[in-house]
Amino acid sequence: MTQTISCHGVARRYGSHLAVDQVSFEVHGPSVTGLLGRNGAGKTTLLRLLAGQELPSAGQVRVLGGDPAGADALARQIVLVREDQAFPDFKVGDALRAAGWSYPRWDHKLADALVSDFDLPSSRQVKKLSRGMRSALGIVIGLAAQAPVTLFDEPYAGLDATARRLFYDRLLADYTEHPRTVVVSTHLIDEIADLLERVLVIDRGHIALDAPADGLRGSATAVSGPAPAVAVFVSGRTTWEHRTVGPLASATVADMLDATDQARARQLHLSVAPLSLQEVLVHATRPDRAHQAERVGS
Amino acid sequence: MPEEPGLDDNAPLFAQVAQRLSEQVAEGQLAEGGRAPSANELAAFHRINPATAAKGLNVLIDEGLLEKRRGLGMFVAPGARKRLLDARREQFAARYVAPMVAEAGRLGMDLDEVVLLVRRSADVALGPRASRKT
Repeated sequence: MTQTISCHGVARRYGSHLAVDQVSFEVHGPSVTGLLGRNGAGKTTLLRLLAGQELPSAGQVRVLGGDPAGADALARQIVLVREDQAFPDFKVGDALRAAGWSYPRWDHKLADALVSDFDLPSSRQVKKLSRGMRSALGIVIGLAAQAPVTLFDEPYAGLDATARRLFYDRLLADYTEHPRTVVVSTHLIDEIADLLERVLVIDRGHIALDAPADGLRGSATAVSGPAPAVAVFVSGRTTWEHRTVGPLASATVADMLDATDQARARQLHLSVAPLSLQEVLVHATRPDRAHQAERVGS
Repeated sequence: MPEEPGLDDNAPLFAQVAQRLSEQVAEGQLAEGGRAPSANELAAFHRINPATAAKGLNVLIDEGLLEKRRGLGMFVAPGARKRLLDARREQFAARYVAPMVAEAGRLGMDLDEVVLLVRRSADVALGPRASRKT
């Protein structure tokens, strides 16, 4: 499959602050990638680098085989949707027309349908829209642009659960019809987890995790039950969290449980619950994780 | 607790998709020779990535339960239903009877009592006549 994005040793420095450092990854062919990480981890900087809106201080960014900050023709193949939209003084309809000129594959029909789905007032000025409506406008532009590389930077600010569901559904439908390279940065991991093929976790400017989404689901397991039984079960395993209340204990085991483990847990009267993608990532990026991960007994 | 025959949240999504489809074949909702849903249809229905749905379909193709017909899509293979039901019968004792007997043991119930409960349950579910048919 063709390589659509590649970063090699990419860094972006602002004064003494390294927002992104030694970032290397590649995206091949059409896919939906989740860019996940805490506030200030470097998600926005990385997306701006991919969109050619920032220049790397070190390393190399390649999108569709070229330098995204270089040729203008390449910039039209990349759309980056952010919360603070352009065109504040335009009316919604005019902003969409302007966006239509910027992207050669702009889909007018899709834009119209999305405007009506999200109930956007065409004749209102962009700066007078509510926060949620501005986000919706960004989503309309991001999808209707039909750009081979489509980047969403937390596109849901101010959107309620219904509107977010609409976004996920329209994204999935449109992606299914026109597969392309999509990267979505988000905090609302569980909401979008099932749409992701791949997960990139950025932590303090570094790629902390780069894995297929389906493999991460359930890659850690919460085990709870009588404290002595929990202690027996987790012995020799890497655990992240150990809590007790009275005679009960719970621990998070950094393993996917196989059939033998499951049977053993049942035998010990333990309940086991796989961690959701969001929970797995919370553990992977907590600041105190170095102290939390401990090898119990052995 | 014994696993439910339905979804197992522990399993990756693609495996859950495959599991759901094979249940539909076993229960006859997807008829042998009939068309199976496409990856895109499954993706829209389950709200999952189409690649994940396709991976689920591929599991069933590899197992010979679905067949790909060029240009037409995916179809349920002949004999698929019987194979799935046979497999489920083979698992019945391990999946349902053994955990039940184990739990009865923990509760100190004797076997005759368990058999009686099974019989009574069958009467309710199937009617007294049907459940006693040999």
